[in-house]
Amino acid sequence: MVMQSLEIRRSSASVWGIPSGIRTLPTVSKYIDTSTCIGCKACEVACQEWNDLRPVQTTQTGTYQTMPTLHPEFWNLIRFNEQNYDGGIAWIMRKDQCMHCDDPGCLAACPAPGAIVQYANGIVDVNQDLCIGCGYCESGCPFDVPRFHATTGKMAKCTLCVDRTTVGLEPACVKACPTGCLQFGTKDDMVVLGNQRVAQLQSAGYKNAALYNPAGVGGTGVVTVLAHGNHLDWYSLPADPHVPILTRLWKHVVRPLGMVAIAGAVIGAFGHFTKFGRKEVPGSGDSGVQPPPA
Amino acid sequence: MELTRRGFLKASVVGGTVALGFDVSAAKAEMREFKISRTTETRSICPYCAVSCGVIIHTLGDRAKNVKASVVHVEGDPDNPISRGSLCPKGATLKDDIINGNRLTRPKIRRPGSDKWENITWDEAISKIARNIKTTRDKCFVATNAKGQTVNRNPGIAMIGGCTDTNEFNFLQWKVITALGVPYRDTQARV
Repeated sequence: MVMQSLEIRRSSASVWGIPSGIRTLPTVSKYIDTSTCIGCKACEVACQEWNDLRPVQTTQTGTYQTMPTLHPEFWNLIRFNEQNYDGGIAWIMRKDQCMHCDDPGCLAACPAPGAIVQYANGIVDVNQDLCIGCGYCESGCPFDVPRFHATTGKMAKCTLCVDRTTVGLEPACVKACPTGCLQFGTKDDMVVLGNQRVAQLQSAGYKNAALYNPAGVGGTGVVTVLAHGNHLDWYSLPADPHVPILTRLWKHVVRPLGMVAIAGAVIGAFGHFTKFGRKEVPGSGDSGVQPPPA
Repeated sequence: MELTRRGFLKASVVGGTVALGFDVSAAKAEMREFKISRTTETRSICPYCAVSCGVIIHTLGDRAKNVKASVVHVEGDPDNPISRGSLCPKGATLKDDIINGNRLTRPKIRRPGSDKWENITWDEAISKIARNIKTTRDKCFVATNAKGQTVNRNPGIAMIGGCTDTNEFNFLQWKVITALGVPYRDTQARV
């Protein structure tokens, strides 16, 4: 080990170790200003290089977008979109990646203890050693981010470069961004920055400019400035993301009930054994005593 | 080997104790290690456009005698005043540019009339360039102009500096090319 691991704030399917440490760290956050993104995709490349992900075969489908959607070896995608706006065109470029929710749906849905963790600084990460590749996080994520990797049999997604942020560096995508539409800092600072930019956009004529930091998932670790905040569909963003009710029902009701049922069955079996003993089939000669070794 | 009931129970108890005694909490909290923590850092300039962003080339090993260094990562140089760590998508791919098998690493020549490139050594290349410069200069040298004034110029050669050359390198090549009397010369002396 060359560095100290981050303490864990929350861990999937775990009762123990929540939280695992006593240190409180500021939540780190990424700021994305879609209004100054030029779609150069330096962040996409920087992500691939830092995480040693190989280029994925792509197909030209008449758009600048690298591929239709996120991929287990492509965690950071600029989504291009063109919409009619104010007699002209609004050319939308939105950085799609893990939002690092404060209340992560993937973590809530994950059945493998410790496979998805939220570190003390708010980063949500998949622990490849413990992931069982069930894909439940896919269904739990309101942003459709985690992807199943067929070769490793594990889930993969953006880690907010936790290996960099832990040692005090910014994520690779943020460092590369040549226009500065990506910024990195504490969540509080990024929200201040976002609100400033939204006010600037509104005074410049974009009356519906908004900061995307949805409360349904407790706020996201990635705050996004949208020039057209009234058209979330232009950005492929859900209006009210939240952890699916079925996930909550399963994790908070069905699963504890199942645990109680299993425990009851074990206790019942033990009670039956002590009270009635083993079942003996008359005349079979099986007394349960091992014959002496030959 | 025959596994007796007693042996099986013993093995179960021992195995279970070992498994429970092994604390996996540290492993659970583990994350990827910082992959460039002990690499050698070399500052350089991105070779692509005239913006000339600064890059840091991270090389495997610590330059010890027995290490064969290879480039493992390239990213922007935050101390470079031009780009302050940012890069474009082309610059961000530099690692794969450096380790690419198709990268040009030695001089080649396409001789007059030939349709293919052939490898030559650096000595051959330098000798050939020197020979051509001397020949061209001897052929094109202008000692005096029409009015009889001494000009000592050599209009047969032009020099264009590369956008990623440093000021120090540009100073040297300017001196050399001036000494040859070349009037057509340009550098992009700002890196």
